[in-house]
This record gives sequence, C-alpha cells and structure tokens, in this order.
Amino acid sequence: MNGKPRIGVYVCHCGTNIAGTVDVEEVVKFAETLPDVTVARNYSYMCSDPGQALIVDDIEKAGLNRVVVASCSPRMHEPTFRKTLLSGGLNPYFLEMANIREQCSWVHPDPIAATEKAKRLVEAAVVKSRRLEPLDAKEVDVEPSCLIIGAGIAGIQSALDIADAGFKVYLVEKEPSVGGHMIQLDKTFPTLDCSACIMTPKMVDVANHPNIELMTYSQVEEIGGYIGNFDIKVRKKSRFVDIDKCTGCGICAEECRMAGRFPNEFDENMGMRGAIYMPFPQAVPAKYTIDKESCLFLTKGKCGESPKCKDACQAGAVNFDLEDEIVEFKVGTIIVATGYDVFDARLKPEYAYGVYDNVLTALEFERLVNASGPTGGKVTMIERGKKKKKKGAEEEAPKVPESITFIQCVGSRDKSVGNEYCSRVCCMYTAKLAHLVKDKVGHDCEVTVFYMDVRAFGKGFEEFYDRVRREGVKYIRGNPSEIYKKGDKLIVKAEDTLTSTPLEHETDMVVLSVGLVPRRDNREIIDLLKLSQTSDLFYMEAHPKLRPVDTASDGVYLAGVCQGPKDIPDAVAQAKGAASAAMIPMASGKVKVEAQTSFVNEDTCRGCGFCVELCPYTAIELVEVNRMGWPVKVARVNEALCKGCGACAAACLSGSIQQRSFKDWQLLPQIEALGVK
Amino acid sequence: MCAEELDFVEKYDLLGCIQCGRCTGGCPVALRTDLRVRCFMYDTQNEERLEEISEKPEIWDCTTCYTCAARCPKGLEPLEVLIGLRSLQIEEGKVQPTVRDALESIFKDGNPWGSPRAKRLDWASDLDVKVLEPEAEETTDVLLFICCTDCYDPRVMKVAQALIKVLNAAGVDYGLIGEDESCCGSEVRRLGEEGLFEMCDEENVELLNSFNVNRIVAISPHCYNTLKKEYHGLKVPVLHYTELVAELLEEGKLEIPKEIAKVVTYHDPCFLGKQNDIYDEPRYIITRIPGVEFKEFDRCRERSLCCEGGGGKMWVESESKEERLAEIRIEDAKEMGAQVVAVACPFCLLTLEDATKVKGVEEEMQVMDILELLAEAL
Ligand SMILES: Cc1cc2nc3c(=O)[nH]c(=O)nc-3n(C[C@H](O)[C@H](O)[C@H](O)COP(=O)(O)OP(=O)(O)OC[C@H]3O[C@@H](n4cnc5c(N)ncnc54)[C@H](O)[C@@H]3O)c2cc1C
Ligand code: SF4
Ligand code: SF4
Ligand code: SF4
Ligand code: SF4
Repeated sequence: MNGKPRIGVYVCHCGTNIAGTVDVEEVVKFAETLPDVTVARNYSYMCSDPGQALIVDDIEKAGLNRVVVASCSPRMHEPTFRKTLLSGGLNPYFLEMANIREQCSWVHPDPIAATEKAKRLVEAAVVKSRRLEPLDAKEVDVEPSCLIIGAGIAGIQSALDIADAGFKVYLVEKEPSVGGHMIQLDKTFPTLDCSACIMTPKMVDVANHPNIELMTYSQVEEIGGYIGNFDIKVRKKSRFVDIDKCTGCGICAEECRMAGRFPNEFDENMGMRGAIYMPFPQAVPAKYTIDKESCLFLTKGKCGESPKCKDACQAGAVNFDLEDEIVEFKVGTIIVATGYDVFDARLKPEYAYGVYDNVLTALEFERLVNASGPTGGKVTMIERGKKKKKKGAEEEAPKVPESITFIQCVGSRDKSVGNEYCSRVCCMYTAKLAHLVKDKVGHDCEVTVFYMDVRAFGKGFEEFYDRVRREGVKYIRGNPSEIYKKGDKLIVKAEDTLTSTPLEHETDMVVLSVGLVPRRDNREIIDLLKLSQTSDLFYMEAHPKLRPVDTASDGVYLAGVCQGPKDIPDAVAQAKGAASAAMIPMASGKVKVEAQTSFVNEDTCRGCGFCVELCPYTAIELVEVNRMGWPVKVARVNEALCKGCGACAAACLSGSIQQRSFKDWQLLPQIEALGVK
Repeated sequence: MCAEELDFVEKYDLLGCIQCGRCTGGCPVALRTDLRVRCFMYDTQNEERLEEISEKPEIWDCTTCYTCAARCPKGLEPLEVLIGLRSLQIEEGKVQPTVRDALESIFKDGNPWGSPRAKRLDWASDLDVKVLEPEAEETTDVLLFICCTDCYDPRVMKVAQALIKVLNAAGVDYGLIGEDESCCGSEVRRLGEEGLFEMCDEENVELLNSFNVNRIVAISPHCYNTLKKEYHGLKVPVLHYTELVAELLEEGKLEIPKEIAKVVTYHDPCFLGKQNDIYDEPRYIITRIPGVEFKEFDRCRERSLCCEGGGGKMWVESESKEERLAEIRIEDAKEMGAQVVAVACPFCLLTLEDATKVKGVEEEMQVMDILELLAEAL
C-alpha cells in the first residue's frame, strides 16, 4: 500500500455552495495535471451515498492509495470520508481534505479569484497526501462505573438511570442532604405537583440503590486519568456524627446549647437551626451533622460542663474525634450536575433587597409558602434577624400582607449585571407563586406582577398563565426601577408601558423573581475537569445543538442547570440524555482514542516544559530518563489524553514534539505549495 | 433623510431598546412632568419625525440625573437621546432666552451667570491663596477647579471659601487657576450645544495641562464628572473634593477640634453618586465630625432622589403639575428631624435651600455643603 502514490482528487459542488462561485470543472482539469494524480472528478454532493461510492469504486478499480476531497470544512465531513476510505479497504488516515467552501467559495465573491484559490488549496492537499502515513486508532478499556457530581434532580436522575442499567454509580453531594434546589420548592409549575412529594421517593431511591454509592457532605478533590480510566479522590467531610449509629431522632438538636441560633441555609437563612442539625425533615440521609463553624465545642473547645448533644444521644453517635475521610476509586465516565445559584439581589441596589425586610427573593418566598418552611407555610410579613422570644412570652401574631408584588427578570436579561440571558424559569415560577398567594393567603390579597415579556413557551405554560390571570393576578407591563418606602408601605416605582403611565405602586411585600446564575464556586469543577464556559459562564457543551450533553473532554458529560438555565422537566430530560451518553462507552467496554496524537523525540527534547504548560488537556508531563548515563528530564505525551490539538507541536522550540499527520516534513511542503516560502 | 439623522438610530443604539420601561420607571421627573423617556427611545427611530419630536417641550424637563441610564438593562443612555433632540433645537435657534443668555455668557466670559471674567476670583479676595503660573518649575500637589457657581453666586461662594479654610487647616499644597478659569461645559453639553462644549473641552484641557500639578480637585460634581469622563487628553487624575478630604482625614492630616451637636442627613448628588459611585467618602467625612448624629434618607445612595438642579435646569423654566422634588426631599428631612441637610454640589445647595424657604422651614433646618459643616468645626 505504501508504494508509489496513486492519488484520487474529488471536487464537490455542494449544490451551488461551491460550484456557484468556483469553476469545479477547471479545478478538476488542473488536478489531473498534478504529479501522481490518477483520477480527478467532480460531483454534486460528495458526502452523499453515490458520491462516496465514486471513491470506493476508484480505490478498487484504479488502485488509489491516497484520497483528496475538496469540499467543506474537515470539521463537517472528515469522519464521513475516513469511513469511506475504510470501506474501500484503505487506511482512513490516507485522506486529505481541501476546504474550498468555508475558506473559499463562501468568502470570495469573485469567481475567477476563487477558482484560482481552490486550485492552490487542492494542489497543497495533493502535496501533503503524498506524505501521509497510515495510523492506527487505539482502543482503551472502560471501567463500568460513573462518577456523578451533584445530587439535585439532574444528578439524581442520571444516577438512577445508570444504576438501573446495571453500572456502578458514585454520587457525590456537597451538602448534608441530596435534593438540590428542587427540594426547597413548594409546588412546581405548571402542574402544581408538590415538589417534595415527587422528589423524596427519588432521594430515598438513590440512598438505597445497590448500585449507587452515595457520598453526601463530600467533595471531589482530585480527578486524574482519561475516559475509561479516571482516578477519583473524594473528601468525605466529618459530620462529627457517626452516620452508621445516628437514628435521626433529633434529640441532640433539641438539646444543643446553640439551638435556633444560626440561620438555616436550606430555608434561605429565614429559619433558624442549631450547631447540630438536619437541614430539613425529609433530608436524605436522615442523619444529623455538626457544623464545625457554629459548634461551641469545636470552636471553643468547651460546651458547658459537657457537650449536651453527646449526652443526649442514646445511640452514642456524636463523636468529636471523627475526621475527614479520603476515598479513592476509579470510574470510566463522569457526569457534572452541579446546578446553579440564584442571582444575588444585592447587586441591584435600587430594589433595596437587604434594606427592607419585606423585599424577598423568590427562593425565600418558596420557603415562606412551604409547609416545612420557617412559618409552616403561612405567608406573613417578615421581620428579619428577630431573636426568638423566650418560651411562654406572648408572641404577637405576625401581619398577613394585603398586597404582594412580583418583579420579573431580576438579574436576567440585564447587561448592567453582566447577565444577558433569559433565565427561562422565572416567568413561570412567578405565575406559580402568584397563584399560590391567591390560593393560600386568599383572593383578597392583591397580587401584581411587573413584567417585560411573559415567556410561557413550554408544555402547558401558556394555559397556566391564562389561568393565573383569570384568578385576578394583575399583570402590569413595565420593569420597575426603584423601591422605597412611604409610611408602612413599600413603593414600587415603575412605568405601565402599555399606557405610558408612571406609577408609584403601593404594596406590603415585594418578591424579586431572581434569575439562575452559575454557581459562585464554579471554578472548583472547572479546575478539576478543565471545562470550558459559554459567554454566560455556564459550563459549555461540545456543540450547542447536536452535542448538548457532551463536553470537550471525552467521557465527561453535563446535566441540569450547570449547563444553562432550565426547568425541572428539561433538567430531567438532559439528565437522562447524559446518562445514556455515559452508558455508551461503559456498555461497549472500549473507546477509540485519537490517532493523530503528538509524540516526543526524547533524544532531542530539552525538557523545558513549555509544552506541559500549554497543553489544555494536561496530556504532557516531564519524566526523568537516562541519556547516555545522565538523568535528564524530557516531555512525555499520554496518548489517551492527547486530543491532537497541536498546540505543543507548534510551540516546541527544539522541534522535538511532532504530531502524527502534521509532522513538519508533511506540513511544510503543503504550506510551500500554497506559495509561502 | 440625511446621513446625520440616520446616525440617530445608530448613535444611541435605539434598536437595542426592548421598551422595558425601567428608564421612565426610574426617572425622577416622570411623575411630575410629561416626560416619558422610554417613548423617545421608540419614537426617534422614525427619522422623519425627529424635527417634530424635538419640538416637544418635555425634552427640557430632563435633569440629566442619569437614573434612566443607570437602570437600563441593555446599557443604553436614554437621556442622551433627549440631549440629541435638544441639539436639534439649538441648531435651529429655538431656545428659551435664559438658556441662550447662559450659553452666550459662557462663550464670552467663560461662565453662565453673565458675570465678567475679571470678577472670577472675587470670592477669594480676602483670602491668601496662590494663583498658579503655567509651566511652573515647581510642582504643586493640587489644582483646584472652582465651579462658576461657586465663583459668582453669593451663597455658593461660601462653599469655596470653606474649602480654602479646610485645605489650609490640613496644610495642603494647592493653587487656583484664577481669572483664566472657564466653565467646564457640563451644562453646555447637556443643553445640547455640542459645538460650544467641544470648545470648552479643547481650551480647558490645554489650559489644565499647562500647569505643573499632581492632580486636579473639582469642587462641583458636575465639573468633576465632565473633567474626568468627558474631556479628551487630560494628563493628571481628577478627584472630587470629598475624595481629597476623606484622604486627609484618613491620613490624619486634618483634625476636627470642634463639636457640632446636630442631626445631619446627607443628600447624594446625582453626579457624584449615581454617575460616579462616590457614596462612602461624603458619609465618612460627616460622621467624623464630633457630635454629629447622622441619619440617612430612606431614599439614599443608589436610590437617592434628584434635586432637579442639573441638566441645564438652572436656566430652563418648565411647567410642573406636582410638587418639586427638592420640596419632597426637604419634607422627608423634616420628618426624620434633620437639622442640617448636607450636600456636596452647588446646584443641590441652591435647589434644596430654596425648598426650605418654600416649605417655611428655613429657621429650623439648614442646607449646607459638607465643606461648610466641616469649616464650622475647625
Ligand atoms: C424560585 C424558583 C422556583 C422554581 N420553580 C420551579 C418550578 O416550579 N418548576 C420547575 O420545573 N422548575 C422550577 N425552578 C427551576 C428548578 O429549581 C431547576 O430546574 C432544578 O432545580 C435544577 O436542578 P439541578 O439538579 O440542575 O440543580 P440543583 O438543584 O442546583 O442541584 C445541584 C446539586 O449539586 C450540588 N453541588 C454543587 N456543586 C457541587 C460540587 N462541587 N460537589 C458536589 N456537589 C455539588 C448542590 O449542592 C446541589 O445539591 C425554580 C427555580 C427557582 C429559583
Ligand atoms: S457540642 Fe454543644 S454547641 Fe456543639 S452541637 Fe453539641 S450541644 Fe450544640
Ligand atoms: S423567564 Fe421571564 S422573568 Fe425570567 S428572565 Fe426570562 S423573561 Fe425574565
Ligand atoms: S430602560 Fe433601556 S431598554 Fe428599557 S425602555 Fe428604557 S432605554 Fe429601552
Ligand atoms: S436623566 Fe434623569 S431626568 Fe433625564 S430622562 Fe433620565 S431619569 Fe429622567
């Protein structure tokens, strides 16, 4: 096969995309004159079946051993034509493509010049094709197990699917309980299912599934390796409660000297907890945790005579000697499902969040309407930072708001805070919460929604929006600009843009429909996995349309809001997609790795480490070798990690790193053929 | 349709507007005038109507407080459209006589108050101050840029005098420009007289660059804003006096010996707060004065209410249906029991003091610049 080159050149019309500008006949005639070109043809669509059949036929009948396709970008169809070569019995790496569409016909209006350029590109490709070498695409084994980071609804759904299919899952959650944001919600739009009722069975399932190893209050610390063979290190933070012994009875929390002294994060800091606590009653695992930042014994070394929690616990579960535990294991694939944070409303000071007690975020309001929330589901005016009265003291019944006003798009669609995107869920959760007010507080409670557009695009959404309006929720088109006080009332200053009327809208309570933003600790995962971010700073998928759950790193997938704002049904759908994508390599047991990788000439490498710094996939490391009796450092490429980007080869000062198919002696003549000397 | 008008859509990025209404919603004068700045973002997209739209009297109601721009989620500056429309009127010569006189006076005498240049330094006649020489060998630390209003208005003059007292007490090495000092042009630009503003920019930059100084300190937030953000080619940094005084206090160079046992509140000038995010320094200074009981307006900092003194409003008469904003401000101050409303801007000083008279509270409540308060405690 490696004898004298016999090259076939195929010039594609791409309908009129190419042939409309480039004279393809002339390019073919020109190609025929080039040395070693055995056949040259043009065809309307080379990527079509008959187009590919031309190539296969010529390989067999004309004995081609190199193929040049002059068509679109190799990003589009290089894989297609490689398969064509393979079915013709040629090594697929004997293919060279000349991009005469994106780099020629689409960008040059003048047919004559475009045709000339196309010829040059074809000639350069022919020159390079002569020097191509056969390559073998290697395969590696895949561990049949998956690491899932984050146990919100997305992570939970992926875990259940993969575990049900028979693969091992390690599910790692930062917080003391699984559930994420969904378990904080009261009802869910548009069907008004009770969030906890549909969520808790799944939470319990992940805890009990034989194929799932659940690690809560834990953090991934290190990830090494590559698809099929990731090495994972997880830190299980100490809860100072032995979870094998803890029965979840809660006597410790009642007895804790600090009971009710700290804001409960799960209740968006509106409810209170002690130093030893369970974030909410349905927590999974239903175990207690001591927060070492707020515990007397752990901060001061002393809790009265002796720690009350420990004395109270009949199971003997409280144990201050417990330490963090490091666990290490191997997985074949990884799903990132780390979710989101809500927008920090303080970044819009005009809404005075943090100044007035009764300006709330929607997530706080979710807790307020929730039966397991700080007020037991009663919507009342709130007094923040109020100390609990002594037992027995008369509590004044808190006032019920007579009017509640929602403001949409807070922190979304807003350049001034750097979030240009729409958060996709707030229009609908606003409608849901507005409905819940009418339902729980009563029809007399005046509910107003200020909006700029209502985006009710999903299944059942528009119908729900219709229903809520008919329930008497008043929608005013205009995005408010300021909140201040007049007497006891909050004033929402806005313009009703439909009638051009400036308003000072009076209300008792304002709910800010805050958007979804990337987690503030996003970097942790980016640093571990080298993930990219889109301009909105959510994690970037491999392709915005066709590969929505893959990432640029093989074997790493995305699920849920960490990839971009979405509601629960979409998060679940994506989670199922990510699960199925992760199961493909696990089910086949093997994956092909890149063949056009880089390699180092260890005799000339100077060990400067420049390439190590540059490689975006951490595929290169410095190793010590023996050079004529002397230990020297040289670069070495991990071929399973190398993606063939070529950054190292382009940068190496001594020319010691070369990339297969793009070696200097293959590439330089190609450049020269383009007229660059 | 000429090219210049086509520019309107592009110049103000009108197609970026989503008509959300935050601009009008935030506009402090919307509630008391016919100005609906959002509508202008839409209406002016029709180039053929520009002439007609520029005839609307409400374009002169804008105080250029910048709230609309600060609130716009798309980063647009609606007030600039109004200024653009004012320009069309100015080009046609259709302006109120008071505005015309002010502009002419700036062109002739370098100030909008119709006063001669020769009297520019009268406010300092009793004071021992250094007037800087251009291209001097020796470097002076601070060049003071004194606002025209501080130079000529008998009431506001006292603020400039207080500044001198404070700087002397702190031993600051400073100098004045003297009679060559000219209007910064902030109001000129905002009244829509683009050509004259360009002149102010060029001439003042040349003048200011001729002095051997480390920094320029402006007494008025309007001058400060213009020098800092709208001039081209200034060589040294520009500070507002509150920044300098806060620095002097922090470094222990200024001691405040006397007590002022009064309830003091502070009104954020739009050009200092909303437009330049200077909120903390003024409060820092006030609260360092012994004896002061400091109280905040409910509407403070980013939510502060405009006094309506800016945007050329000192020279524009406009119809009003509702109470003036300065009066609302004084009422709020009265309700919280403030004895002093502190300000840091000559226009705020005038409008708010005027409002105390309208409200008949001038006996019990003083409007003072922070500098005057400070000078009283020295
Ligand atoms: C106020 C409000 C109301 C809403 N109402 C509805 C509604 O009615 N209907 C609807 O469909 N949608 C609603 N949504 C949207 C819904 O919350 C999301 O679609 C859903 O929760 C997304 O789930 P997730 O798993 O992607 O993310 P999350 O719920 O955020 O879960 C991510 C999990 O990952 C964990 N985690 C993060 N980082 C790490 C790490 N480094 N290591 C380990 N674990 C980590 C987190 O602790 C969390 O448990 C609402 C949103 C808001 C803000
Ligand atoms: S040691 Fe004391 S403070 Fe800490 S959890 Fe136990 S009872 Fe609470
Ligand atoms: S979903 Fe609605 S409220 Fe949320 S950002 Fe989009 S338009 Fe605004
Ligand atoms: S705030 Fe900005 S986007 Fe909204 S209506 Fe005004 S100019 Fe348009
Ligand atoms: S600058 Fe101020 S007064 Fe003028 S339109 Fe904008 S918000 Fe209104």
